[in-house]
Amino acid sequence: MLLISPPTYIAAVLFLCLMGFLYWAILRGMVNTPLETLPTVQFFSVFWIPVFFVVPLLTMRSIAGERSIGTLDTLMTTPTSRVAVILSKFAGAYLFYMLLWVLTIGFPLITEKLYPHAAESGALLEVEPLVGSFLFLATSGLLFISIGIFASSLTRSQLVAGMLTFTTLFVVIIGGQQMGNIADSGGEFSSWAVAVVNYLQIFEHLDDFSRGIIDTRPFFYYASTAFLLLGLSTLVVEAKA
Amino acid sequence: METTPSIRVKDLTRQYGALTAIHKVNFTVNPGEVVGFLGPNGAGKSTTMRILSGIMSATSGSAWVGGICVAQNPHEVKRKIGYMPENNPLPDDMRVVEYLRFRSRLKEVPGHKLRATVQEAMEICDLARTARRKIIGTLSKGFRQRVGIADALLGDPEIIIMDEPTIGLDPHQIQGIRKLIDNLRGKHTVIISSHILPEIERSCDRVIIINRGRIVAAGTSTELREEFLPSNRFSLIVEGNETAVAACLASRGIDAAILESTPIAENRFELNLRVENEGNLGPQLIQLLSNQREFILHSLALREPNLEEIFLAATKRSWEETIETKPKISA
Repeated sequence: MLLISPPTYIAAVLFLCLMGFLYWAILRGMVNTPLETLPTVQFFSVFWIPVFFVVPLLTMRSIAGERSIGTLDTLMTTPTSRVAVILSKFAGAYLFYMLLWVLTIGFPLITEKLYPHAAESGALLEVEPLVGSFLFLATSGLLFISIGIFASSLTRSQLVAGMLTFTTLFVVIIGGQQMGNIADSGGEFSSWAVAVVNYLQIFEHLDDFSRGIIDTRPFFYYASTAFLLLGLSTLVVEAKA
Repeated sequence: METTPSIRVKDLTRQYGALTAIHKVNFTVNPGEVVGFLGPNGAGKSTTMRILSGIMSATSGSAWVGGICVAQNPHEVKRKIGYMPENNPLPDDMRVVEYLRFRSRLKEVPGHKLRATVQEAMEICDLARTARRKIIGTLSKGFRQRVGIADALLGDPEIIIMDEPTIGLDPHQIQGIRKLIDNLRGKHTVIISSHILPEIERSCDRVIIINRGRIVAAGTSTELREEFLPSNRFSLIVEGNETAVAACLASRGIDAAILESTPIAENRFELNLRVENEGNLGPQLIQLLSNQREFILHSLALREPNLEEIFLAATKRSWEETIETKPKISA
């Protein structure tokens, strides 16, 4: 359903336009004021901008849309298990999300083609931060997409599903960062609370990954939460039939 | 050897909070039968069908499909059922052939049979040449309905359940669907729900009438006729005095009542007569009513009660019964 519906491609085009523009803006900024960080690292540090709109657009239709037009019923009359339905919805959205990110490798490639002298330094396509960032996107994507699928399983309105996804993503991504700021500035947090807050810091995770520090804790955080949310979605679909 | 019934339902009850959608429903459907499920809107037809197809669970009671309990093994039951839900939901962005292939894969049709299965279903529903590669969103209502039926036929299920398959179709399309159902007779067990009575009467072997969540009647239309409207009915056209007709019949010992009298021309009436006597009444009445001075008999015809009348009688009876069982409120 995902690959044949026009909204998917609208989301893809919007994503690539926006990311292209951001990449261009970053490169321009670097021309004016040289920075120590690599353009790739800077580029991936704004990952949250597209996540806020691409994830809701990709996932809001998945179950809510099927429920509102009634095809979820016909799907449920086939000998397909509900777990399989949820997992395939998740897999479809997740793979498409990752495909969109993979396509962004095109930006440094295009830059290299157009300005070969800029590429001589090797700063555009340095492998390590690229691999680290993609690893981060792949693991955090598990959580983001499963939030979308869960929100979509709760309602029959795509709009409500989209809004729910957006707000939850906002709380998870920005809320974690804000809590981190509070923990850093104020001393009233006990040490275990600081540990918890650090555990949930998505931006910190990105920093670590792009510097090549691959920690298992974020993996555990994203995968376990995703697993929990998908399990809950299965239960919701089963109960709301 | 006794064959396993295709569908057996025992004391099936489903409640939505305080509302009882169906209450202790019992019925059996034998293999190869075409059964019509009849009832006013909100009677519990769709609820029963949804429980049978395993989408929804019952509050109490049990249902067996092909000898398998729906509650215990819904997965296996779904392999035996082709279900077309009410309003026939279809994805608008897909092409007909793509959708049917996708559905066949979901219904576990093996890869090497996929093409043949889809082709067969499309041919039965007359979609193969006309609408094969059309996008579902652009199809007319009749074609959409055919796509829904083709989907229900995929994978050669033992039982086909169709919830209001003819709703919103024009008479030509209804006829097409009726022919299609006729073709399925004997090969599959078919359950159709509808509130369009002539439709059910023409295409079904047996009728189950449901009202307010209870089964109020079940049987072939002849059986139902005998049960609900046992007396013979005649339609007469007489010229002259209509009260004289009743008097004439009463004087000859025939227990008759005029149910309806409609004037059709000056001094000419069409009478709807109910006769309670047994036996060969037609010739008897002709003999009695001819050569009378007060009136002239123009025509006399036996009226068979149609399903509509049976349905009204059955639902009326069930309403009366439910009202009687309710505790009386004292003033």
